[in-house]
Amino acid sequence: MSATLSAPRKWRKPPLIKNPFLRWSLLLGSLAYLLLAVGSLEVNWSRVYEGLDRGGRFILAFTHPDFISRWSDIYDGMMESVIMTITSTAAGIIISIPIGLGAARNIAPLPVYIICRGIIAVSRALHEIIVAILMVAIFGFGPLAGFITLSFATIGFLSKLLAEDIEDTDRSQAEAIKATGAAWLQWINYGIQPQVMPRLIGLSMYRLDINFRESAILGLVGAGGIGATLNTAFDRYEFDTAAAIIIIIITIVMCLEYLSGVIRAKVQ
Amino acid sequence: MAVSTDKSGQKVWRLSDRNAQLARWFAWFVAVAVIMYCWQTISEQTTWFFVMDAPNIAGDIASRAMPPKWPYINELWEPLWDTINIATIGTLLSLFLAVPVAFLAARNTTPHKYLCRWPALLIIVSSRSINSLIWALLLVAIIGPGIFAGTIAIALRSIGFCAKLLYEAIEEIDEKQVEAIKATGASPWQVMAYGIVPQIMPSFAGITVFRWDINIRESTVLGLVGAGGIGLQMQASLNVLAWPQVSLILLVIFAAVILSEMVSAKVRGAII
Amino acid sequence: MLKLNQLTKRYATGDLALKAVDVEIPKGQVVALIGPSGAGKSTLIRCINRLVEPTSGGVDLNGKELTKLGSGALRQARRRMGMIFQEYALVERLTVMENVLSGRLGYVGFWRSFLRRYPQSAVDEAFRLLERVGLDHMADKRADELSGGQRQRVGIARALIQDPELLLVDEPTASLDPKTSRQIMRLICELCAERDLAAIINIHDVALAQMFVQRVIGLRFGEVVYDGPPNELTPDTLTQIYGEEDWEATIEKVDEEEVVTPEEGAVA
Repeated sequence: MSATLSAPRKWRKPPLIKNPFLRWSLLLGSLAYLLLAVGSLEVNWSRVYEGLDRGGRFILAFTHPDFISRWSDIYDGMMESVIMTITSTAAGIIISIPIGLGAARNIAPLPVYIICRGIIAVSRALHEIIVAILMVAIFGFGPLAGFITLSFATIGFLSKLLAEDIEDTDRSQAEAIKATGAAWLQWINYGIQPQVMPRLIGLSMYRLDINFRESAILGLVGAGGIGATLNTAFDRYEFDTAAAIIIIIITIVMCLEYLSGVIRAKVQ
Repeated sequence: MAVSTDKSGQKVWRLSDRNAQLARWFAWFVAVAVIMYCWQTISEQTTWFFVMDAPNIAGDIASRAMPPKWPYINELWEPLWDTINIATIGTLLSLFLAVPVAFLAARNTTPHKYLCRWPALLIIVSSRSINSLIWALLLVAIIGPGIFAGTIAIALRSIGFCAKLLYEAIEEIDEKQVEAIKATGASPWQVMAYGIVPQIMPSFAGITVFRWDINIRESTVLGLVGAGGIGLQMQASLNVLAWPQVSLILLVIFAAVILSEMVSAKVRGAII
Repeated sequence: MLKLNQLTKRYATGDLALKAVDVEIPKGQVVALIGPSGAGKSTLIRCINRLVEPTSGGVDLNGKELTKLGSGALRQARRRMGMIFQEYALVERLTVMENVLSGRLGYVGFWRSFLRRYPQSAVDEAFRLLERVGLDHMADKRADELSGGQRQRVGIARALIQDPELLLVDEPTASLDPKTSRQIMRLICELCAERDLAAIINIHDVALAQMFVQRVIGLRFGEVVYDGPPNELTPDTLTQIYGEEDWEATIEKVDEEEVVTPEEGAVA
């Protein structure tokens, strides 16, 4: 060691936010907000305490789920959910490809871009259940309302991610295709499509999964699917039927996730 | 890719050979058939006569909903505040459980491959499979309607989402940095604090803000099942067909969601 | 001081990475470990501090058998073996100072390290080492803001603050340019001389190794095929270690370079 034994130097970890005023006001501000927010929760503890018993029964119900007594309701609801999922995903993909192309700044002219981004923003901002309420009001009860709702939600999700993907593509590959004198559709087909296809397939699989999960709640507002059966089960405190439905949902989601993992690995 | 020779001895190039092509056509055929069958089922359950009338109904609703009833906004501030609180506290609560679950689920940090990893993965998939509205439905049945049920519902739904993204981030860390800390003779907890945590901090913050943004959207509708927030007002307005109020509520929700998205984009930009 | 007895490592895949290696290294000796990729160099030094668990055989450090230690005792033993990594292996999102102080982790308790409250003596030593490697003005910079050579110097400081008796150095120059490589090698060897440390340096660059070390060990397919002074490396021995190739140029280069180097010593 060297002989330059200087006076002891203090060391402290440099703070994340340099300005001490900003640091402390942020900290105090978040603390104050948390206190206010927690204060506004208004927990009715006696009601919660009563509920613990029911909660316990619900958890216990998972040890003896009842598939039998309402099997026909469960089966119909599940089939309806699956059917809505498949059709709405297919329709959503078909519609979101042109919208995704239109929402990519590097290939779409500005007016088209603004319109497509607008559609995406509306679709993403409104929760599925709100759309479902409106659709039920317009088209009447039944799976058609659910189908339209899910298709609409799929468009917002897929087009946005597809557009971002297209914007991230390698410019030089697309340029090379353009240089061969390709027409616009050929250019998309050879220059853009190969670059975004694997991710598009992966995202579509992911969306199929999401659509199935969402289809389970649309029944709450009369838009078809398993949600109505589940709601009835909760209303009547038939926790063993509810547990059976939830187990089926979880199983199907797990299968879909596994399937999408396999497919994504294959297209990579 | 397939190159074959035709009758005249000419070399022919096709992208795929005949069997692969047949298989592909068959797969498309099956897919289209399934979709057509599904569509037919939906169609059977639809009264198309009503649907024909849909444009008129939509126009009717729109004309009733316009203009929105602006003075009603004074009754919306409090539910809006509740909505934001449900999302924020729900997200924070979920993190308390998501972090340990993520460490148990990540291949490189789990204490035991089966005893710890599989239960953690089961927690993640159960929490993710069940929509927050279903959680809310359940919690309203168990602990009664109110903001508390909504907050817990959001928290339960977010555990799986946050834990999944977080454990993927943990699995992607640079093992060499961890090795270097181990080589200094650090204890397992120190390895965690110095080798792993700094590496996942940015994704942790990003995931939190991302989920918070989603939770704002979800908490706007929890009121439909009685779990607090602005959805309660919407349910009430829908029940009495007060369309001008509904349209105002939709506008408020729209604004809140866009704002939260902007905030989250800003924060994520600042972190990375 | 360090003695490897019949050290053997077989990976779970069945690959035999080390075949009964016997090596003895006295105090203060700097040894270069050369050999083709996959010869077991990295495995050898990782078996010494048991980042890789040896299958059989012994590692004796100052009369203590390391392979038999429990996890607590192993951590204590690791404190006396500083390790320097290829590609630096700094914790990139921590500051330079935190990275250096992380070398003291084996000496301080969890909460102390968690709150960054290191004993003043450790902080003093950290500043002294940063000064020695020429980086004291960088203490509060984040590690990922540094250049390659600077990062490796932080890595060296981190290893030295452990107060080791032995340095395990894994490809210290693999991702550095030729000039920085020499500066780093020189720094390591100087520090070893100053503190009378033994060191095992894995290195691909034979010429560089010959320039700085007192002893060379050649490893091939997990076996020691050469063990001797650097100037006795002949084309034949290199062929034995690496396989057939024209080695004359490599060895000649050493002679040329030996003449040029001395004045580059000062650390930037």
